[in-house]
Amino acid sequence: MSSHNVLVSDKQCPVHCRDDQYYLLKSLFGQNEQHTVGSVFLYGTTGTGKSLVVNNLMHTLQVPHVKLDCTEFYSSRVLYEQVLNNISMQNSDQDSSNEAQSTPMRCDNMNDFVKLLKSTIDHLDLTNETLYIILDKAERLRDLDSNVLPATLRLKELTKCNVCVVLISEIVWEKFQGGTGLLDPFIIHFPDYNKDQLLEIMTLDTPEGHTREFYSAYCNLVINIFMVVCRNLNELRHMALLNFPKYVQPIESGECTHKDSRKLWRNIEPHLKKALQTVYLREVSSTQWEVMQMDTGGAVVPATPSHTARQSLELPFYSKYLLIAAYLASYNPAKSDKRFFAKHSGKQSKRKIVKHERTSNQLLGPKPFPLDRLMAIFYSIVEGKVSATSNIFSQVTSLVSLQLLGQIGKDVLEAPKYKCLVSLDFIKQIARSVQFDVVKYLYDFI
Amino acid sequence: METLDAVQAVLRERMSGLICPELLGFENETKTLHDVIERTAAFGESNSILLIGPRGTGKSTLLKKILDDLNKDKRITRNLQTVYLNGLLQTDDKIALKEITQQLELENTVDGRVFGSFAENLRFLLDSLKSGDQLSSKPVLFVLEEFDLFAHHKNQTLLYNLFDIAQSAQTPLCVVGLTCRLDVIELLEKRVKSRFSHRQIYLFNKQSFKEFVYVFQTYLQLNQDKTIEVKDSKFVKKWNTEVEKLAKESAMLDILRRQFNTNKDIRALLNLMVIPVGRLSHTHQYLLSSDFIDSFRHHSIDSKAAILHGISVLELCLVIAMSHLNEIYDGEPFNFEMVYNEYRKFSERRSSMQKFDRAVVMKAFEHLQQLELIMPLDNSSVRIQKEYRLMALLLDKSQILETLQKYPNCPTEIKQWAQSAVLT
Repeated sequence: MSSHNVLVSDKQCPVHCRDDQYYLLKSLFGQNEQHTVGSVFLYGTTGTGKSLVVNNLMHTLQVPHVKLDCTEFYSSRVLYEQVLNNISMQNSDQDSSNEAQSTPMRCDNMNDFVKLLKSTIDHLDLTNETLYIILDKAERLRDLDSNVLPATLRLKELTKCNVCVVLISEIVWEKFQGGTGLLDPFIIHFPDYNKDQLLEIMTLDTPEGHTREFYSAYCNLVINIFMVVCRNLNELRHMALLNFPKYVQPIESGECTHKDSRKLWRNIEPHLKKALQTVYLREVSSTQWEVMQMDTGGAVVPATPSHTARQSLELPFYSKYLLIAAYLASYNPAKSDKRFFAKHSGKQSKRKIVKHERTSNQLLGPKPFPLDRLMAIFYSIVEGKVSATSNIFSQVTSLVSLQLLGQIGKDVLEAPKYKCLVSLDFIKQIARSVQFDVVKYLYDFI
Repeated sequence: METLDAVQAVLRERMSGLICPELLGFENETKTLHDVIERTAAFGESNSILLIGPRGTGKSTLLKKILDDLNKDKRITRNLQTVYLNGLLQTDDKIALKEITQQLELENTVDGRVFGSFAENLRFLLDSLKSGDQLSSKPVLFVLEEFDLFAHHKNQTLLYNLFDIAQSAQTPLCVVGLTCRLDVIELLEKRVKSRFSHRQIYLFNKQSFKEFVYVFQTYLQLNQDKTIEVKDSKFVKKWNTEVEKLAKESAMLDILRRQFNTNKDIRALLNLMVIPVGRLSHTHQYLLSSDFIDSFRHHSIDSKAAILHGISVLELCLVIAMSHLNEIYDGEPFNFEMVYNEYRKFSERRSSMQKFDRAVVMKAFEHLQQLELIMPLDNSSVRIQKEYRLMALLLDKSQILETLQKYPNCPTEIKQWAQSAVLT
């Protein structure tokens, strides 16, 4: 049973390792009645605590605010309506007898939005306090209508109210600029955490029953393995908490004590390496991972290739040959078909084939091929006589629906074209199962 | 302390652009515009004029000051109607017409009337503005901010009608357009351009460094021009003296000089003042040059280098691999397979680092794409597998080398790889 809550929040204490940014924002916002700058832009890599600091600050200062995620805004209308309705909803507790506030407001252009915002602020008596509109993932605003971003940055000037727009994003401000120019917001950078800070924050999640030093040593191990690949705090916390039960398993089963760090390390190391290939990539979900940990007991988990899910695909005999033929057709140039597949290939040219690394088909990707060529290669590689019945052709279609082949173009009747979508490793596996040496037939490996 | 709160409140209002203490250097332009609007308001003459200038030079502020000045004359306040339109808000002529109706407070006359064309609607609205005697209509002043956006509307209907009425002298009309595009006349259609009076006022920021320092001072000093903003006059006197001393300090002048050389814009200067004003408190009652030094340092962070500082070692390897590919193939686009190939060659050849699986490298690659350090070159309508999509790197080699200097715990072999000369 997992006793941890992955989403432990830091709301009880001020935000860790973000003192500078927290106090800077606090001094920027000042007191509730005072004006702030019109817009603020916070940016930093993933998992650096931007939303956390802002949420914490809003909670501490107790100011009227609206928190929205711009990923939800598929059209600008959603932005306007969400802002207006959230403001009325959050501040209408004082005046519950007013029925007009229960109907959601409708607004589809910026002009109405500005007017409705002003009237809502007057109506709810918020004119004395600064209203904060917090927009997360603000880079999506660039994809809406072209007047949304400039007008949002100027909201204070357009509504003539005490409003402050806070934009949070991972993208630098220079990429937002465009058009005839924007009103530049006040920009604050959130630097990434260094190793000590990561350790400090991750130690806060110590589960019950263990000391902080013990958990801190464990987190050190996890960080050492994962930090080369990923420095995202959320991922690291998730990995640490997920693998902790496995780490303490020897202690619980009595094999060793807290002090035997070497033994614990030897137990957990292959496990963490495997986690890097499965749970980190989300090929296995977190619950499945927990089940897998419990099933294998104390034994070391054998390293399995990461494509376990894909390997379990079983194809009929001719489909495998069709797939191999498709791979050969995609990755070999058409001119080389004669030397590979013709029975009498004639005189081989003595001239050495000059190959550049860059033009290697393996790097450029699969090329489309017509159905005729596929069938020609198929007949030449398959053993025994195969008649061209509709069974074979329907297998081609089923390969397309399994997304192992891709169909190119709209012409299905006259000259259908296909492309092979599988990787070299996968094809090698398939070929091994029918004892066919596919590498011998590939142009890039001559 | 109440005084400090009042000081903060005043300074914050100035920094958010709501109040402008003084506008330097536009005396001629002010006079011209003032005359134009006054003639419409007092004598019923129709006019059209454009205020053109880059962003932040003070077009809206200038207009506001002129209007405040004119409104001191009661005769004008009684007669002149003003309609404020903004290109960012009224993105369509229909919305603009609705806005004009509302601002002229003519909803009661429009109710129930259905008209054919835009021109008829507008003419009806303006005809409704008849003052006491039937012969004269009230003059109307139209202020169009972001004027260039109105030129993008369909057929430029609103602009055509406004200029048409202004020229045919039916209702006294003054159209003042404010825009940041210097080539705005090119955007107008021929028929609109011919009805426009071609009067343009250009506003450019021609401040010298001395004037820049003077503006800096005026923004920080209190109770100027006999307006009482803060009541404690003793404190205000000391405050103003401190500000004057600050503006003469060499460290402060150095910062201002550097700011002036980068960006003369007043808004950038106001951004610079935000941090020092925010620091004012009980213990920190006057502004110091060290505050401004910190503020300047805060604003000169190189944002891309800062983002690069936060990526993982694997992602850094991929960036270096891409930069090498760019060098070898002279900037031709690459795809994930090529980058992975390059990375694999490095890790087999030299590195003692753990070799990572293709899927793990793919996840790192996608993270770089999310941070917009690399971007796909084709549009997403063509369906290509994500490993083979052509991408471009949006970083310069010098930026990468700079990051490597500052990167925490950077393995030396990666540094050497980055700096090694690439052999074709």
